[in-house]
Amino acid sequence: MDEGVVIRAEGLRKYFPAGASGLWGRRKAFLRAVDGVSFHVREGETLGLVGESGCGKSTVGMLLLGLHRPDAGRVLYRGEDILALEGEAKRRMRRNIQVVFQDPQSSLDPRMLVKKAVGFPLEVNGLARGAEVTRRVEAMLAEVGLRPEHMYRYPHEFSGGQRQRINIARALITGPRFVVFDEPTSALDVSVQAQILNLVKDLQKRRGYSYLFISHDLSVIRHVSHRVAVMYLGRIVETAPRGDLFQTPRHPYTRALMAAVPKPDPARRQPLALLPGDVPSPVHIPPGCRFHPRCPEVMDVCRETEPAPVEVGPDHVVACHLWHGTGFDARRRSA
Amino acid sequence: MPSSTPRSGTDPTGGWRRFREEHAWQIREFFFTLHLLRRNPSAVAGFVIICSMVFLALAAPWVAPYDPIRISLSERLSPPSWHHLFGTDELGRDLFSRVLYGARISLRIGLLVVGIAGGLGTILGAVAGYVGGKTDDVIMRCLDIVLSFPSLVLAMALAAALGPSLRNAILAVAFVMIPKFARLVRGEALAVRERPFIAAAKVSGASHTWIVFHHVIPNCLSSVIVLGTLVVGETILIASSLSFIGLGAQPPTPEWGAMISVGRKFLMDQWWYATFPGLFILVTVIGFNIFGDALRDVLDPRIRR
Amino acid sequence: MNGDLLHIQDLSVRFFTYQGVVRALEGVHLAVRRGEILGLVGETGCGKSVLARSILRLIADPPGRIMGGRILFKGRDMLTLPMKEMRRIRGNDISMIFQEPMTSLNPVFTVGNQMEEVVRLHQKVSRKAARRICVEMLEQVRMPDPESVLRKYPHELSGGMRQRVMIAMELSCRPDLLIADEPTTALDVTVQAQVLHILNELTRARGTSVLFITHDLGVVAHLCDRVAVMYAGKIVETAPVDALFRSPGHPYTRGLLAAVPSVDEDREVLASIPGVVPGLIDPPAGCRFHPRCPAARKECEHLEPAGVEVGKDHWVFCHAGRGKVKGER
Repeated sequence: MDEGVVIRAEGLRKYFPAGASGLWGRRKAFLRAVDGVSFHVREGETLGLVGESGCGKSTVGMLLLGLHRPDAGRVLYRGEDILALEGEAKRRMRRNIQVVFQDPQSSLDPRMLVKKAVGFPLEVNGLARGAEVTRRVEAMLAEVGLRPEHMYRYPHEFSGGQRQRINIARALITGPRFVVFDEPTSALDVSVQAQILNLVKDLQKRRGYSYLFISHDLSVIRHVSHRVAVMYLGRIVETAPRGDLFQTPRHPYTRALMAAVPKPDPARRQPLALLPGDVPSPVHIPPGCRFHPRCPEVMDVCRETEPAPVEVGPDHVVACHLWHGTGFDARRRSA
Repeated sequence: MPSSTPRSGTDPTGGWRRFREEHAWQIREFFFTLHLLRRNPSAVAGFVIICSMVFLALAAPWVAPYDPIRISLSERLSPPSWHHLFGTDELGRDLFSRVLYGARISLRIGLLVVGIAGGLGTILGAVAGYVGGKTDDVIMRCLDIVLSFPSLVLAMALAAALGPSLRNAILAVAFVMIPKFARLVRGEALAVRERPFIAAAKVSGASHTWIVFHHVIPNCLSSVIVLGTLVVGETILIASSLSFIGLGAQPPTPEWGAMISVGRKFLMDQWWYATFPGLFILVTVIGFNIFGDALRDVLDPRIRR
Repeated sequence: MNGDLLHIQDLSVRFFTYQGVVRALEGVHLAVRRGEILGLVGETGCGKSVLARSILRLIADPPGRIMGGRILFKGRDMLTLPMKEMRRIRGNDISMIFQEPMTSLNPVFTVGNQMEEVVRLHQKVSRKAARRICVEMLEQVRMPDPESVLRKYPHELSGGMRQRVMIAMELSCRPDLLIADEPTTALDVTVQAQVLHILNELTRARGTSVLFITHDLGVVAHLCDRVAVMYAGKIVETAPVDALFRSPGHPYTRGLLAAVPSVDEDREVLASIPGVVPGLIDPPAGCRFHPRCPAARKECEHLEPAGVEVGKDHWVFCHAGRGKVKGER
């Protein structure tokens, strides 16, 4: 069943202790950052993970990278449970999963030469040493569009876009198969963002990397992803192939999100969708469907029962009561 | 500092050029720091004092007119004159020569103590701040115990327990100074730990030890240097105090504190005996302190940009 | 021009740093008309925030200094006004909101405290009356449950709510001009939509002019009447919003528009502008965009381009000028 799947996440859950702990050290509240998230990424594919701040999308990335340990759930890399690995096997596995973070400046140590910042993964993993490191760093820098002499400079001598190229080089130098991009362009200007997005797509085309691309920006997600998962308050509410999702969004939240983006075209100026209220805090998650207090199509059932995911089209899954019994699923069952 | 050595070792000028290229940033920063220091009067004053002390210490064998431990009973307790600039002590030894040689001892104590305490304190603090949790608690509580005693009193007790000698005094003072460095570095390490490049290093397979030595400590170094400068001054003071009460340098070593200790008995009639060593302690300590303060201001990133 | 509320003429601002003289603004001309929302777009470091701050003379001196030019507000030059006059204009005639409202709100006082203070600074009313005015202000920005918001401290509010409090406060003294410096950049899209809506509604209803600074072309297209595009300390194009998006005149504007990924269509490769934004210590001679410009010619390298009117109210500062625009797209 897992033919061609690089990463599969099953029922990931991560709660953080929140607020004041009780007087005697008993925790009162939890921030439910990730609350039952499952998805998979196929070989050579980009899964876009989109959502607003505080929806838990970055925590999902951290869980895949092993920077946090999930409270429940599994992460499978080509069918192998990576959380069960220990010691050397764990290290070897981790090499396959790399990351590029949001802020290109703080992801680089200001006191480390570019050569070392890009080449150290080879050294700490015992993959190369000495002149071999230099040679491979040089090749990697060329790959991301930097020149060999950039090796002997410090991060602050580069522009934001170049710094992000250095980060990409560091992530790719150990030859991973899967890369998490956590908002890699949100700190960049549009013209530079375009360069980086093109580079990321181009590398995938040439080398067949698989990506999890986390962003809050729908237009960026649309540009890079093959499939898209929409997150709201710790849950994935809709997953679909890119074309499907943008043409026929099914979840009311997905629709609202799309209608709230101002389009760079005054000819098609239209009122932006106005969702009432703010995103609730992940400490106080509403009962039933998490989106119901802001949902324009709320029904009685939404206030009590959490909707289960339903398949409404090929590869298109929605967690919303509106589609229960009406979708692809029902049709397929009756057929 | 990043450990990148120029590759081509054959051609010395090429190597230098490569070094200059690779470290262009540090060189620029260094000159910028110098520029800021030059505009800071107390930095200049402190720097001049430190430099003259270092010069006097290094040049003591050539500058000093007499052997500092040469006894000449016929000249005992003579007042300052052209023969003996600072006068002589109760054994007729030339005080000027002894004070110059004393600078060697005091500076050596200062550097050794800062080296030992700075090194150990930095590592302890970096580990405590980076690892956090129980390790942090254990390390910091132990250091808090040290800090809860007045440093002079603790150094005295330790030096007394170890037995009076210059070496033991250095060890005692170094021990007392460790928490100062550790606390400072721990605070910085706590901040560094949260920076994304640490997470990136973990994902890339770097071990915790590697991260502490390649990321955490290099990012704390500039504050350690500032504190080190200030601690040199304090160390000289404490070490002199130890010698003053007989726990540090032993006779006939020309140590400033020890000289004052003996000179105290003659203070009423032979004022010069205790005054000149005291003056040198004062000036040296002030020199290090004002230079350290200025350095802290100049290296403060909020002031720099 | 009569319709101009604010007229900036030939403004130059420099910052004197150890690294060198940063020419943040050079010979900037810009007019904000009565009742319009003018968008000021540009990338990081192009000087758009410096421009906003110089209008209120909020440039820290040193290291910054306004080197020359005039800033005419209702016909009076703000650069020569005494500081006392200037303070009266700030907050009364011209208000400003920032990207992070937390920086303008005091964390140790409740929102109510701070809003009342502002109200009572401008109007002689009792505390009770001030409270009532505050509630009304918050209702106008569609704040749910204003009474409880007034009792809260700034950090207890979400980013969107804080920004709404700021808008309520800044608009309470009915300024003629509101300067908004990236007010929605830190907000989520659904919250941004709310804030844009409120801003649009309130300023249109009162005829307040807005200078809206942003890097988001979508927001510009949605909100603004006219747009000015900045690059490396200079204005390169000003146009009515429709004209700018339909027929961008400056190669930089065209590059910018082509570089934005779209939510509505699939593009395989984004057009990107080659190279990086130049440093302002030693900006390129001639047209500052020429090293990155696909249409650069000989004269671009040494001659600064003058403004060409390529359409009604549509000015482009480019040597290619009119011919280029007509010739292409």
